[in-house]
Amino acid sequence: MTSPSASVARVEASTAPLLRLRGLTKTYRQRHLWREDRPIHALENINLEIPAASAFALVGESGSGKSTLAMCIAQLEALDAGEVWFKQKQLTGLSSDELRHQRAKIQLIFQSSALALNPRFTTIEAVTEPLEIQGSAERSQQREIALECMRLTGLTPELAQQRILTLSGGQRQRLAIARALTLSPELLMFDESFSGLDLIVQAQVLRLLASLQKSRSLTYLLITHDLSLVIGFASHLAVMQSGRIVESGAVSEVLAHPQHAHTQALIAAMPKWPTLQAAESGA
Amino acid sequence: MLQVRNLSVSFGSTDVLSEISFDLKRGEIVGLLGESGSGKSTLALALLRVLPSDARVSGSITFDGRDLFTLSERQMRRLRGAAISIIFQEPGLALNPVLRVGTQITEVLRAHNSWSRRRLRDEAAALLAQVELPDVNRIFNSYPHELSGGEAQRVLIAQALVCSPALVIADEPTASLDSTIQAEILALLVKLRREKNLSLLFITHNPALLVNFADWVIVMCRGQIVEQGAVPAIFRRPVHEFTQALVSSMNARAMGGSVGI
Amino acid sequence: MTFFLKRLGHAAFLLAGVSVLSFLLLQLAPGDFFDEMRLNPQISPQTISHLRSQFGMDQSLPVRYWRWLRSAAHGDFGYSFAYNAPVSPLLRTRALNTVLLAGVSTLVAWIIALAIGVWNATRAGRWPDRLSAGVFSFSLAVPDVLVALLALLIAVRSGLFPVGGLGSSRFEEFSFLQKARDIAWHMVLPVSVLAFGLVPTLTQHVRSAVMGALSAPFVRAARAHGIPPARLLFRHVLPAAANPLISLFGVSLATLLSMSLLVEVIMSWPGLGPFFLEAIMARDVYVVIGVVLLSTSFLVVGTLLADALLLAADPRIRRS
Repeated sequence: MTSPSASVARVEASTAPLLRLRGLTKTYRQRHLWREDRPIHALENINLEIPAASAFALVGESGSGKSTLAMCIAQLEALDAGEVWFKQKQLTGLSSDELRHQRAKIQLIFQSSALALNPRFTTIEAVTEPLEIQGSAERSQQREIALECMRLTGLTPELAQQRILTLSGGQRQRLAIARALTLSPELLMFDESFSGLDLIVQAQVLRLLASLQKSRSLTYLLITHDLSLVIGFASHLAVMQSGRIVESGAVSEVLAHPQHAHTQALIAAMPKWPTLQAAESGA
Repeated sequence: MLQVRNLSVSFGSTDVLSEISFDLKRGEIVGLLGESGSGKSTLALALLRVLPSDARVSGSITFDGRDLFTLSERQMRRLRGAAISIIFQEPGLALNPVLRVGTQITEVLRAHNSWSRRRLRDEAAALLAQVELPDVNRIFNSYPHELSGGEAQRVLIAQALVCSPALVIADEPTASLDSTIQAEILALLVKLRREKNLSLLFITHNPALLVNFADWVIVMCRGQIVEQGAVPAIFRRPVHEFTQALVSSMNARAMGGSVGI
Repeated sequence: MTFFLKRLGHAAFLLAGVSVLSFLLLQLAPGDFFDEMRLNPQISPQTISHLRSQFGMDQSLPVRYWRWLRSAAHGDFGYSFAYNAPVSPLLRTRALNTVLLAGVSTLVAWIIALAIGVWNATRAGRWPDRLSAGVFSFSLAVPDVLVALLALLIAVRSGLFPVGGLGSSRFEEFSFLQKARDIAWHMVLPVSVLAFGLVPTLTQHVRSAVMGALSAPFVRAARAHGIPPARLLFRHVLPAAANPLISLFGVSLATLLSMSLLVEVIMSWPGLGPFFLEAIMARDVYVVIGVVLLSTSFLVVGTLLADALLLAADPRIRRS
C-alpha cells in the first residue's frame, strides 16, 4: 500500500487538472397550483478540480445532488450558472458539433447502464454503436476496435454474437465499460454503477478499472453513496451534501482527518471490515 | 430452536434451494450470507411457508419441536408474525400504500390477539416509540409514502416485533438505505435484539455487517450452503472458494492500493 | 379547491361549445319541424309561416342561438313544438325515469361484477375463472338489441313480467308502497338487459385490478405477518385495488344517460330515449339540444365525481 504522503506528493506533481468545475449552480422549480414555488437547490456553487490520471470519488447520500452534477458535467443537463473546464477548454456554451467531439472524451456510465443497453442487441453491436454514431473510424476498423475493447474488459470474443439479455450483471457492466472505451475517452464517470452488483463482481470490476487506468491513461470519477466501496480504490475524495461540496482532498487525508461533520458521519457509518483478519487470512 | 434439514425448493424445472440444513439456537444471531440469486430470500419465505403456490418443497423445518410441514395453514398462520416474523427489504414495497401506518401495525396485532381497539392502538404506538420514531402520533396516522426510507424501515421493524416473536428473520433490512441511516437501523436492531432476547436470522450480501454482530454465519451460493461456521473464524480461514473470494474482495476494498498517480 | 373551480370553468366552456355545435349540426339536417305540416293539405302555407315566425324559426341562426342562450341562463331551455310546452318540465320527468333505470342497472351490474370479479381473481386460472371468461366473451358478442328482444319475448310468452312501460294501467290509484312495487316489477327486464351488457367488461376490470393488487409485495408481507385470508382480501387488498375501479365508476356515471337509450326505445321505458328519438325525427330542435346538454352535464358531473372520489380514496394522490 502506498504511503499517504507519497501519493499526495505524486498528485501535486501532476500538471493542470483534467476537469475543473467553477461555481456550478442548478436550481429546480416545482410548480404548484396552490402553494408558492419552492425551489430545489440541486447544486450550489460547486467548485472542484479533478487531477489527470486520478481516481476521484464523489460521495453523497441520496438527494445530495451528485447525479445532477454528473449530468451537468456531461452536458446532458443545462446549468443555471458556472463553467465546466475540460483540459483548459470550456464545455459550457460550445456548439453541438464541437461538443460532440468533446463528448467522446468524457464518457458517463450510469447505474442502469447495464439495463439501458438494448437487450436485443448483440454484444458486438452494442460496442460498435458509439463508433458508428461518432463516425470516427472506418467500418472495417470499427469491429477491430470493438473486439479489442471487449478483450480489455475481459469479455471473450465468443460473447460477441450473444444477445445482451443473456449476459449477467457483471458482464453487462463490463460491456458498458467496453462501449465507453471505444472512443478512447480520457475521463470515465461512473454514476452509482456498482450498487447493483454482487461484492465479488464489484471487486473484479474495480480491479479491471485499476489495470486499465495506466494502459489507457484514464481518469475516473466515481459517484456513489457507498463510501466503503471507494476508500480502497480512490486517490481523491469529495463529499457532497445538499448540493454543496463540504469536503475534498486526498483520500488518505480526508479519512485520517475529516473536517466536516457530514464526512465524519459517513466515515462512522461505514460497516467496518477488520483488516487485521484480512492479513491473517492472506497467510 | 430451529432445525432445518434437507430443505429443497424448486419452481418448475428450476431448483432454487437444494438440501439446506442448519440449526439456529435460542438467543443466537445467525447470518445468512449470499449474493443475488443465491436463494437466501427464498429460504426466508420457505421458513414462514409463504412461498407461491407453484413452489415444490421438500425436507423438514422443525421449530420449537414441531415440524412446520405437519401444521395446517391455520396453525401456521398463528405462528407467522407471532412466533416467527420477518422484516422485509424494501419498506416502500412491503407496506400497503392505501392504509395508514398505524393501521398496518394494529392489523398484525389483531391477527393474533382479540383486544379492544384502544389496546391495539396503545400497543402499536408503544412499539413505534421503541423503534425510536419521534412524534409517534404523526407517524401513526401517516401513509407510507409520507415517510422517509429510514422511518419506513423502522415501521417494518415495529410490525415484526409487535407480537414479541421468538425468531426474527431480517431480509437485507438496510440494503435500500443510505449509509448513515443504515448504521442507525443496525444499531437499533442490535439494541432491540438484546432487550427482547430475540433470535435473529440476518440475511445480507455484505460480510462486514456480520463480522462484529453474528455468532454463526451460513454462506450460500446458487441455492446451496457452501460453508457455515462461527464468526470470526469463518472469515479468518474460509474453506470454500466462494467464501475465500468474498473475503478477498472485502480485503481489497478495505486496504486496496490507492489507484492513480 | 381551485382544482374544482377550474373544472367547473372547463365544464361551462364545454357546455357552451356543445350547445353551439348542436345548433349548427341540427341546422344541417334539411327542413325543420314545420315542414311536416306541409304534407297536411288542411293546413295552409300562411298558417305554417305564421307558426314559424311565432316560434322565431324564421330568424337567422346566430339570432336564434343568442335568444336561446339568454333564456337558458334563466332556466328556460326553449319550447317543444311537438308537445307545445316548455322543454324543461318535459325533460325532467323523463330524465328522472332514465336515471332510475340506468342508475339501478349500473348498481346491479357493479354488484355482480364486484362479486364475480373478486371471486375470479382469487381463483385465477382455475375452472370458474375460465368459465366466466368464456361466458363473458360470448355475451359481449351478443348485441343489446337481441337481448332486449329476447327479454320482450320472455315477457310475452311467460306473462311473468310486463311488456314495457313504467307502471300498470291503474298506477295512479296505488298507494306509495304499491307504486314502488309496481315500478320495480316493471324494471326487472330492462335492468336485466342493461346489466347483461355492462357486467362482462366491468367484471374483467375488477378481476384485473384485484389480481394486480394480489400480486403486490405488501400482500405477501401481510400474509407473512399472519393476517387471515378473508381480512387480507377485504381490508388490505380491495382498498389497494380500488384506484382504477373508482375511475371506471365515474365513467359509468358519466355515460348514464346515453347508455340506456336503445333499451328504453325497445322496451318502451318512458325515459329520455324514446323522447329523444321522436324529437330528432320530428326536428323538435330545442328538445334535442336540451337532451344533448343534459347528457353532457352528466358527463361532467360523472368525471368530477370520479376525481373527487379518487382524491378521497387514494392518499397518494392527495399529496401531489
